[in-house]
Amino acid sequence: MKDKKFSELKTDILIIGAGGAGLRAAIEAHDAGANVTIVSKSLLGKAHTVMAEGGIAASIADVDANDNWKVHFSDTFVEGVYLGDWKMIEILVKEAPDRVYELEQYGALFDRTPQGKIMQRAFGGHTYKRLCHIGDRTGLEIIRVLEDQVLHREIQILDETTITKLVVDNGRIIGAIGLEYMTGNFIAISCKSVILASGGCGRIYKTTSNSLESTGDGLALAYDVGCALINMEMVQFHPTGMVYPESVKGLLVTEGVRGEGGILLNNKGERFMKRYSPKRMELDARDVVARAIYNEILKGNGTEHGGVYLDITHKGAAFIKKKLPAMYDQFKDFADIDITKQKMEVAPTVHYHMGGVKVDAETCATNIKGLYAAGEVTGGLHGANRLGGNSLADILVFGRRAGIWSAKYALHLDAGNKEILKAQLQNEIKRINSYLRSDEEPSQYNNSKFRIYELLDTLRQAMNEYVGIIRNAKGLYNSIEVLENIKKEIKDIKVSGTTKYNRSLLARMELENQLIVAECIIRSAIERKESRGAHFRNDFPKKNKKWLKWIICKKKNGRLALYPLQLKQIPKHLSFIQKEKYALVIK
Amino acid sequence: MERKIKIFSSKQERLIEYTVPIEHGMVVLDAVIYVLEHFDSSISARWNCKAGRCGSCGAEINGIPSLMCKTRLDSINGDIEVVPMKVFPNVKDLVVDPTDTWRIKKAMPNFKISEMVISKSSGITATKNITLYEYDVTRAQEFKKCIECFLCLDSCHAIRVHKSAYIGPMHVAKAASLDMNPLDSLDRRDFLDKNGIRFCNVTKCCTEVCPAKIKITDNAIIPEKERINDKKII
Repeated sequence: MKDKKFSELKTDILIIGAGGAGLRAAIEAHDAGANVTIVSKSLLGKAHTVMAEGGIAASIADVDANDNWKVHFSDTFVEGVYLGDWKMIEILVKEAPDRVYELEQYGALFDRTPQGKIMQRAFGGHTYKRLCHIGDRTGLEIIRVLEDQVLHREIQILDETTITKLVVDNGRIIGAIGLEYMTGNFIAISCKSVILASGGCGRIYKTTSNSLESTGDGLALAYDVGCALINMEMVQFHPTGMVYPESVKGLLVTEGVRGEGGILLNNKGERFMKRYSPKRMELDARDVVARAIYNEILKGNGTEHGGVYLDITHKGAAFIKKKLPAMYDQFKDFADIDITKQKMEVAPTVHYHMGGVKVDAETCATNIKGLYAAGEVTGGLHGANRLGGNSLADILVFGRRAGIWSAKYALHLDAGNKEILKAQLQNEIKRINSYLRSDEEPSQYNNSKFRIYELLDTLRQAMNEYVGIIRNAKGLYNSIEVLENIKKEIKDIKVSGTTKYNRSLLARMELENQLIVAECIIRSAIERKESRGAHFRNDFPKKNKKWLKWIICKKKNGRLALYPLQLKQIPKHLSFIQKEKYALVIK
Repeated sequence: MERKIKIFSSKQERLIEYTVPIEHGMVVLDAVIYVLEHFDSSISARWNCKAGRCGSCGAEINGIPSLMCKTRLDSINGDIEVVPMKVFPNVKDLVVDPTDTWRIKKAMPNFKISEMVISKSSGITATKNITLYEYDVTRAQEFKKCIECFLCLDSCHAIRVHKSAYIGPMHVAKAASLDMNPLDSLDRRDFLDKNGIRFCNVTKCCTEVCPAKIKITDNAIIPEKERINDKKII
């Protein structure tokens, strides 16, 4: 039975995503006087931010008195291999401390130092101990306090709703079309401004630490309306994901384990990081450590299940249970491993997407009028490699800014043309209903997967294999071929059931988005003929000054077009700092 | 190796049995996803992180409220039966509608920072110079581990009997996390008293099912009950 029911909603600002960035934006936009609605694919409070473990990077200098925003700036810019947007980084590092204090005023309780200050831990690539944390569940605390703030304001929440299309008229955002899971009804949302806070796209890879919902929908929605995407080839592999059992392959093992003193060993018991990074060892930037681990595994120095060992047993049971309780439980529950007595097995896992929607640093505005973006869905801030802890700072700093500026834009604007929105609603109802079979899909008695899930596996496997830690032209073109085959076949793929809470229909819709994002990543990776940060090509293994530029992905005449964008010279007040950093090197 | 798993179908209003191949380390959610991807693509289940962190995939597994992503198949003897949590309205198959809990959260007085903190220095950096020690924060931190998976609400017979007159363990733990926050200035005793905390007769079912291992009864409900009684006596 096909369902054609729909409802309508009018709001000033529509926020897509209820993770840290979306919730923080909602608070600010509401307080500026705007009427705010949040939509989220998952239930409120279940967004991928809850998985953030290590902490939030802010140079409050409660532990290392020498820390300041300039050192944080240098760390972020240099570890992003000079590809970061220095304007965004400057804003981030200067505003992050205030966002930490703000969390305290929302009710967050950070771990404390013996002197009664906020405890900060060491993390890869950070010169000083900088990550304010709550055990290894910092993200959960952030989500909870922001959620409390949102729930105690007049903010409408439509959770378990997916946005299928942004509606643009005369070059400006006028609304969006969504599908509510629980009722199966479509919804036409008339709004003046949209803030994309939809997170990343890790689920286009087979091995990932990302939640089910991280399928890159926001990137695809933005691309669809002509928004510019940048640095799409920059996909971060976290050095340490679980490898066994298969059920939890890819699940994150927090960098906090290394931050608290964990060491990496190969199957010969050798602390191999001393060959790759003698000074910083396990706490070098993520791209360096991930490649080192990958290399060891390729060289045959890996463990039984295709990883390396991560060992923290020397720290003692009491310390481990206090500092890394979630990791202790995770290995005990899922792998029957007691990390206070046994080594963990780990291997790199897709963790974060540095690329994304191109935004103005100050205002978070995109090139589409009324469309703003914040958090992982944006690109530029982290350059070619993200430092741990900078993403929690990112979502709060830029979530707040997106809220302020979208409200400024929306408050004095008239609502858009309703007829256009209604027409788009009808199109979307038709499109999505066309994905449904009218009959029951026959059960697969031969134990093969339904075709939609097979296609999804094919895509995710190809991304793992060809667009992973080490890339080259041949592999990247192979992945394009896989993509083209899926594109041809997907047109005929239908799933059974109705629009009501239909996981397979969502998978069908998400696959369309995943294909767009995958194509942007692969094409950009082919274009960038050098190795920089997370993007490593064995056919161009060196960094090349010529490539100190961004690659922009944009839809042109219905097809993907790439444009290079030369980076602006770093201004005087910041280039000075960079030199200072070199004088400061203590690693 | 194979295992039998029975999953509730709301359309047929009964359990449907499937046979699923098993690998070491598999959890119930793996088996449910296997069924979704191989046998019935329209079956409805809710999950997100699949790592015991987000609290989306609560269900009753062989009668016990559990997270599907944390329940290992090798921890269960015999057949596996998965039905939706019964304390909430059913949406479809294993999916329930827990959004009424948002209403309770909205009604609970939110964290409000103490005037004493604010008066010392104003603005966003007001807490910059606060001294709080580890022992000041650990008590409230226990309840902040809550992933809001709703299993404690599903396990609670006080809710089953008294319905909406009792808000349930998850919300009492939330109130305790705020009341025990050293920077908070409000008191939620009246709120808890009005919302049925007295119906709890401390059988600790909630503590037993809590995947975050919070001692809800001992450390949140009993202290709050005692504080309420203190207030009445004085």
